[in-house]
Amino acid sequence: MKNWLCGTALAAILAPLIAFSARAEDVTTFTLKNGLDVVVLEDHRAPLVVQMVWYRAGSADEARGKSGVAHYLEHLMFKGTKTMAPGELSRVVEANGGSDNAFTSYDYTAYFQSIAADRLPLIMRMEADRMRNLSLTENDWKTERDVIIEERNLRTDSDPGAIFHEQLGAAQYLNHPYGTPIIGWRHEMESLTREDALDWYRLYYAPNDATLVIAGDVTPEQVKALAEEYYGPLEPSPAIKPRHRVTEPPQLAERTLVYQDPRVSQPMLSRSYLAPERNPGDQRTAAALTILAEALGGNGQTSVLGRAMQFGSKTAISTFASYDGTSLDKTTFNLGVVPAEGVTLEAAEAEVDSVLADFLKTGIDKDQLARIKTQIEAADVYSRDSVHGRAMKYGEGLTIGLTIRDIEDWPGILASITGDEVMAAAHLVLDRRASVTGLMERGEEAAQ
Amino acid sequence: MIRAIFAGLASLFLASPVLAAVDIQQVTSPGGIKAWLVEDHSLPFASLELRFRGGASLDAPGKRGEINLMTGLIEEGAGDLDAQGFAAAQETLGAQFGFDVDDDTLSISARFLTKNRAPSLALLKKGLTETRFDQDAIDRVRGQVLSIIQSDAQDPQAMAGNRWASDTFGNHPYGSSQNGTGESLAGLTQADMLDAKARVMARDRLYVAVAGDMTAAELGPLLDDLLGDLPEKGADFPKPPKMTIKGGTTVVDFGSPQSVVVFGQNGIQRDDPDYFAAFILNQIVGGGGFSARLMDEVREKRGLTYGIASYLIDMDLADTWQGSFASANEKVAEAIEVVRFEWRRAATNGVTEAELRDAKTYLTGSYPLRFSGNQKIANILAGMQLQGMTPDYVNTRNAKVEAVTLDDVARVAKRLMVPADLHFVVVGRPVGLK
Repeated sequence: MKNWLCGTALAAILAPLIAFSARAEDVTTFTLKNGLDVVVLEDHRAPLVVQMVWYRAGSADEARGKSGVAHYLEHLMFKGTKTMAPGELSRVVEANGGSDNAFTSYDYTAYFQSIAADRLPLIMRMEADRMRNLSLTENDWKTERDVIIEERNLRTDSDPGAIFHEQLGAAQYLNHPYGTPIIGWRHEMESLTREDALDWYRLYYAPNDATLVIAGDVTPEQVKALAEEYYGPLEPSPAIKPRHRVTEPPQLAERTLVYQDPRVSQPMLSRSYLAPERNPGDQRTAAALTILAEALGGNGQTSVLGRAMQFGSKTAISTFASYDGTSLDKTTFNLGVVPAEGVTLEAAEAEVDSVLADFLKTGIDKDQLARIKTQIEAADVYSRDSVHGRAMKYGEGLTIGLTIRDIEDWPGILASITGDEVMAAAHLVLDRRASVTGLMERGEEAAQ
Repeated sequence: MIRAIFAGLASLFLASPVLAAVDIQQVTSPGGIKAWLVEDHSLPFASLELRFRGGASLDAPGKRGEINLMTGLIEEGAGDLDAQGFAAAQETLGAQFGFDVDDDTLSISARFLTKNRAPSLALLKKGLTETRFDQDAIDRVRGQVLSIIQSDAQDPQAMAGNRWASDTFGNHPYGSSQNGTGESLAGLTQADMLDAKARVMARDRLYVAVAGDMTAAELGPLLDDLLGDLPEKGADFPKPPKMTIKGGTTVVDFGSPQSVVVFGQNGIQRDDPDYFAAFILNQIVGGGGFSARLMDEVREKRGLTYGIASYLIDMDLADTWQGSFASANEKVAEAIEVVRFEWRRAATNGVTEAELRDAKTYLTGSYPLRFSGNQKIANILAGMQLQGMTPDYVNTRNAKVEAVTLDDVARVAKRLMVPADLHFVVVGRPVGLK
């Protein structure tokens, strides 16, 4: 969903409408002729610049049977181009005092560098080069496939909690690809080929499928000239279409899963509910859910679950609730408990349900709501301390289809959410019949 | 051809080195408490960092884990506020307090909005000076620590690190986890917590750093208000450990598809004349970036791991040179051989001119970039004071890096790197290792 427009026109139209108009002053956007969207975030406190390129292609866009290819290609993007040797980009960035990396998620793949501001031309030139000119040798792709399998070993297969949550995610989505892990299923990763990676690259890696974010000690004029010079000549990909993925059907049957692993030291209950995401011009429910997560399981000392189970009955060591609405399609609202010694997972689950039922009856505490809003307001000030963090916020938001205005409006919307809206969102989402509950406990070796 | 162009481009950019754009002010309060300050008024908040030297190493004998537990309790009730009341008061102000401890240092980090500065610091002061240590809070936080101890007992990375430390440092506090054990935590009382606090949270080992929306004139009196009531003197610091590092491999059996490896040998003191040469050497051999030798040989060329890095670890009482990585059980033996080979290669041949040049440009170029944002700056300022540096260090540090020659690196590599002394702890089911 690429529906944000550029340029001066946008700024002129939106300026009077933006609640935090002062915030927008240091944000500039424009689009190149080849379709590349560019965002400039000025921050002149330190002589530093961050470049990020966000592709509107993530693991949820993969063909069935090719899980992991988005992330695999992300690794291969460091293997050089027709004019750069393998590893050269990172080497040159480092030799100039910078750092670089990349990440893949369900909805996007992004590459970034952080470097002294006067070296921006260098990194823009190299990033633009690998957008269209990647080259892979026979050796590179096989070795790198071993590396991503080691990454899966490290992040998932060595960690029972990670396996548990992978299973939980897979059980949550019957139809939508969010049920497939970003890193891929091992058996499919093992059969990925150079051609698979290159097919993915040729389809998605093009200026008209990307957003360039430049943040730090730069001016929009500088960035515009450099973007025209380095990214301007790149050919767009004619095959790029708006993203329409399969839809998750309504959940009609409650699901429960039990994961046993001899490596589990601390049993855990984790539950997910399907939940709406942030959408352009329509973020109030997502904002209410953001506050709901904080209210139910944000801080153990003051949250509803924490007060009831860590302080009241003392049946939990920790409790949590989380929700991130920055997603292209339907996301999840999660909550859970690590029970205290001697408390069974079944007992913990029964208590969670009774605490939630009480909350749905009683409603959110007014003082707590006010405190959460104060914290959100403060967190917004603190978040401006990090150039990288700001670049992330804009890059991610735009890539999942929000507009600059949606991103700028978000803190104001959070501040305006009423208790009634929080409770309406709670009633909408917290329906056990439409949830997946996972129990993780110590037990037999998992079937391999 | 292209490489040459890039090299030219790089040196062109390097002709204008970036200097750290920070002005560090040294502030002394009317009551004599010292602090470093970097003012920046562009955002309406400030970051405050407090450090108490000694940290968890000041645990009383037989009470390992008490300072860690005490640190976790600072925000669990103070004065007229119980744990929930203290947390709610913090939320009402939008202030963020963090409490952390390691074997050398107890750290307190605070961020507060300018408009709420006075009440935020009054609340923090209450936490620091009127800590309640209620029995129910002790029991609750002890439960959390015990849960972490149990998790660590099943976490291959924690297992490998703890085993390497206990083999190296034995009975010294550095040799065991600061969390303590079920046994050592069992009988701890409110009196123990008060005693632990008095040993570590004293003004004779305190360092203060502030960055953000505050002036030097404002900071002075505020230091006395916040910290003046802390005791003047804390406990004596422990003696340095006797280090025993026996080269070879120690396997700890753990059922997992991948083995986690921690390896290491003796390190080098920060005030050693060759410290900067060693620092650059480590950057070339085991720096975390993609261009370091270990990353290149173990990951890029052979696909044996997702990541590998090594670090010079300068603790207050001991210096080590450690590294870590994880490899599939079938591949870990080969990966260890590659590490040993690289250690030998660097010890024998040093590094190349190009590697030295790239490491220097990286280290000098990245240094000024660290000073971005109030929180990062306050953290760096606190760290510099702990290491006994003067504010001038930010301007002289890059010159020290520049001054290192190829011979310096070769000399320190020969002196420091002892392949036979490398001790590898392997947690997993490694094939072909015992």
